[in-house]
Amino acid sequence: MGEEVKLFRSWSSPFALRIVWALEIKGIEYEAVFEDLSNKSPLLLQYNPVHKKVPILVHNGRPIAESFVILEYIDETWKQVPLLPKDPYERAMARFWAKFCEDKVLTSIWSAFIKQGKEQEEALVAAAENLKFLEKEMKGKKFFGGERIGYVDLVLGWLANLVSIFEEIIGLKIVDEEKFPLLYSWMQDFAEAPIIRDNWPPRDKMIVKFQALLDAAIASSSSSSSSSK
Amino acid sequence: MAGSEVKVLGTWASPFALRVHIALGIKSVKYEWVEENLEAKSQLLLESNPINKQVPVLIHHHKPICESLAILQYIDEAWPSAPSILPSDPYHRAVARFWAAYIDHKWFTWLKGVASAEGAEAKKAALDRVREGLVVVEEAFGKCSKGKDFFSGDRIGYLDIVLGCFLGWLYVAEKRNDVKLLDEEKMPGLAAWAIKFCLDGAVKDVMPDKDELLDYANMVFQAMAKAKLNAPPNY
Repeated sequence: MGEEVKLFRSWSSPFALRIVWALEIKGIEYEAVFEDLSNKSPLLLQYNPVHKKVPILVHNGRPIAESFVILEYIDETWKQVPLLPKDPYERAMARFWAKFCEDKVLTSIWSAFIKQGKEQEEALVAAAENLKFLEKEMKGKKFFGGERIGYVDLVLGWLANLVSIFEEIIGLKIVDEEKFPLLYSWMQDFAEAPIIRDNWPPRDKMIVKFQALLDAAIASSSSSSSSSK
Repeated sequence: MAGSEVKVLGTWASPFALRVHIALGIKSVKYEWVEENLEAKSQLLLESNPINKQVPVLIHHHKPICESLAILQYIDEAWPSAPSILPSDPYHRAVARFWAAYIDHKWFTWLKGVASAEGAEAKKAALDRVREGLVVVEEAFGKCSKGKDFFSGDRIGYLDIVLGCFLGWLYVAEKRNDVKLLDEEKMPGLAAWAIKFCLDGAVKDVMPDKDELLDYANMVFQAMAKAKLNAPPNY
């Protein structure tokens, strides 16, 4: 019986993109199932009843959800081109940085994009502090994984594409090349790596999508805000 | 010598630090526990975890490891001999990690939400969410345990530790709000599991006394309420 690997994704989800990259980097054959998240398929709901989200990896009929969980599953199941280091301490460091990227970097940059006024200012300050830590971690390394792309690079990879889209939409710099030279050059190296470059979703479609999200956020905040806020 | 090789920076009330206590106990690793004062963090803590400045931190061969889930997996990998903490099969490991993420990101956030909810209606809604989450985890328990005592089977493992560390704080929420959250009728599997978990050899001597935790929580919440009353208006 052959391996059956399916990936439930959407055209734009940066979380599902992590899994696309991981599968492609390891040369794993898979079938991509594109979901319309405004009209989720019964299969998606069956495979991920708890969160009802993409990505979902289905391997030989068994579904796995949550991108971090899927990445580790892929690394443990297909041993070629390892994403995580071998050494337990290095693995713990990778897991620490992945959590930092998700909980702090992603959250603060998303807030810097989607919020307005004082909240946006505060988010930009928080984002800069978080980026400083990343900049420090990058010293002496081409990628977070070292010489080649690894787990943390895949987790943070959305930065290399989405940040310039956010910056274009809001007209503000989030990752300043002068303040974060190492991170900036990581973004270039990562974005231009063959597998990564070939899988970015279309930029013009992304700008339309995120502009719409921002417009909706502004509309809902101005309709619910009172003067004392 | 063995004791000084492994240090844990934690606090007695922290459920995340408790995870590390339990995991090291499972592996019979000797360690030195450093009780931190979070109001006056030690130089060692600030140096070991400069980004988050939080407990727990595991220090092994002078190298610090932060984030409790990363620490649990490190302990399993650095001391690979039995008993293991995570399952050996990648699919079951994925299931355990999935539920650990649900418990930490969703359920524990809801549990914290009980404390911060203001007003009777908000409190009730927050408590209902916690209970609903436990119903979801009850179903997961059934699938993971397959009729055995623990999520991991015959012995406690990753998911048992991840959820079990919150039992003390769950008790605190029940007592402070005069409700039952871990309900024997709605969640019979988890209710039975909780009792067995607390009696486990690696747990019973390190789990904080739940009434001491309640006293501590009452004190902390009282202080917070006082601080709020005395705080200047936030214009």
